[in-house]
Amino acid sequence: MRRGPVSFVLRLLFIAALLGVWEWAVVFFQTPAYIVPAPSSIAYAMYNGIATNLYVGHIGATVGETLLGFVLGCALAFVLGTIVALSRTVEYYLYPIIIMFQAMPKVALVPLILVWFGLGLTSKVISAALVAFFPLMVNTIVGLRSADEDRINLMRSLSASRWQIFRMLQLPNAMPYIFAGLEIAMIFALIGAIVAELISAERGLGMLMQSMSFTMDVAGQFSILFILSILGLILNGLVTLVRRQVLFWDTSRDADANEQSATKGEVL
Amino acid sequence: MDATVERPPPTAYSSVKDVISVRRLSLKYGRGAAGLLALSDISFSVADGEFIVVVGPSGCGKSTLLKVLAGLLPQTEGEASLNGTPIKGSRRDIGVVFQSPVLFPWRSVLGNVMLPADVQGLDQARMQQRALDLLNLVGLQGFEDRYPRELSGGMQQRVGIVRALIHDPAILLMDEPFGALDAMTRETMNVELQRIWMERRKTVLFITHSTAEAVFLADRVIVMTSRPGRIGDEFAVDLPRPRKLAVMNTEAFGAYVKRVRAALNPGGGGLD
Ligand SMILES: Nc1ncnc2c1ncn2[C@@H]1O[C@H](COP(=O)(O)OP(=O)(O)OP(=O)(O)O)[C@@H](O)[C@H]1O
Ligand SMILES: [Mg+2]
Repeated sequence: MRRGPVSFVLRLLFIAALLGVWEWAVVFFQTPAYIVPAPSSIAYAMYNGIATNLYVGHIGATVGETLLGFVLGCALAFVLGTIVALSRTVEYYLYPIIIMFQAMPKVALVPLILVWFGLGLTSKVISAALVAFFPLMVNTIVGLRSADEDRINLMRSLSASRWQIFRMLQLPNAMPYIFAGLEIAMIFALIGAIVAELISAERGLGMLMQSMSFTMDVAGQFSILFILSILGLILNGLVTLVRRQVLFWDTSRDADANEQSATKGEVL
Repeated sequence: MDATVERPPPTAYSSVKDVISVRRLSLKYGRGAAGLLALSDISFSVADGEFIVVVGPSGCGKSTLLKVLAGLLPQTEGEASLNGTPIKGSRRDIGVVFQSPVLFPWRSVLGNVMLPADVQGLDQARMQQRALDLLNLVGLQGFEDRYPRELSGGMQQRVGIVRALIHDPAILLMDEPFGALDAMTRETMNVELQRIWMERRKTVLFITHSTAEAVFLADRVIVMTSRPGRIGDEFAVDLPRPRKLAVMNTEAFGAYVKRVRAALNPGGGGLD
């Protein structure tokens, strides 16, 4: 749907009105700041944090863990997904395990990961990778298998080898699914890193959040929530940017970003 | 109506040697009682350079027959051979045009046309020149860098035809290539296809369910009837080439169309 600048202004006004009501309600009901702070005190906490250079190091740590976990998880997911998609035998033996893991809330494994891999970077990266892994693996399998029967027949009629069918047909055909998986995997990696930090960490936004919780700095916590959501948008936007370059031929996905995702009900 | 099935007289375009030869061919999808007999006891042959049209109602097994000839489906019984060799798997001297254009959206028009060359490792520079010549021939000059989504249905279909011709196959198998087009475009494409065929002189097996298209294009028409797919009639179309669209208004053309209809509908009654 195309909307003009007027509705854009209206949209901003609507958000401003919501914040106004929030501010008013906090003052009117005299809500204590350790339960729900007013938007103005959140903004102040944010300003303070920026002024004292509190966030930068923690943002860096969280982003680093997220990106490393994303790369690790996605690389493994792509390789395993490809093997499963191409080999019915492998699929047959792995299927029950995959189903078990898929139904399990992956974040419930994070405490164990901390036990196994310590409190440093490694455990955070592995948590992020674990949570990012499944959406991409499932989408890789579905994408590689979604090649149209007619297109496969065309390749076969040209005497294409199995490898050629994979490289020239199945892989490009799967790219929309793979990118839908990557977009989800990026957000999931951030979640995995944050959960690990919340439990135990030396650095990172999750650890900062946790320490603010002890000092009942609720406004500070809200400011971190805000930062996290901006981070999520940026990280997701990066993948979208790459997708637009690679999938220039795929017009079906601009309308609905998750159209081709096979993982709508994915458990974290 | 002539009840006997006549062998075609060797025309100027065909030699005595059979390029396609099918004998007592049957194909069953599935096994046992649940299986579906799609083709039953099909026999015919196609001479070198001949344009054969198979016409029949939807579901009579035309696409199935084409898949057997393309080496995509093994027959259940009988024999099918190309140039005297039994068909086992796909071959490189065949070009197939499928019922839908089957283009790859991530390849440009030129990229799609070059697919057979890429798969078969043919000389890129030579093939590219050939691709451009062929695109020219079907009126797609200047579109080589476009992507399939930028083309109309008829243009996509023409890309599919050029792709089938690029590796210069001796045999062309075409499955209702113009089925999705409007009547006007379809007639234009028929004329174009006839021109390409007369220029390139290939053996063509063309599938359609349009009686007019069948008579217009064919040296010889094979009429199939359904459940199970059988050959109902087979006759030569003796109209001079190149045929113009106006030929469709002649009495001789009408008589051929009538004969196809009679074979499609042996019980009498009009097929509208
Ligand atoms: N893969 C398949 N498995 C089982 N049955 C099939 C399969 N493909 C086709 N059939 C059946 O075989 C019969 C012939 O199908 P086919 O596609 O050859 O018909 P067709 O003559 O090409 O029809 P149309 O003109 O609609 O394309 C149909 O009854 C169809 O249901
Ligand atoms: Mg068909």
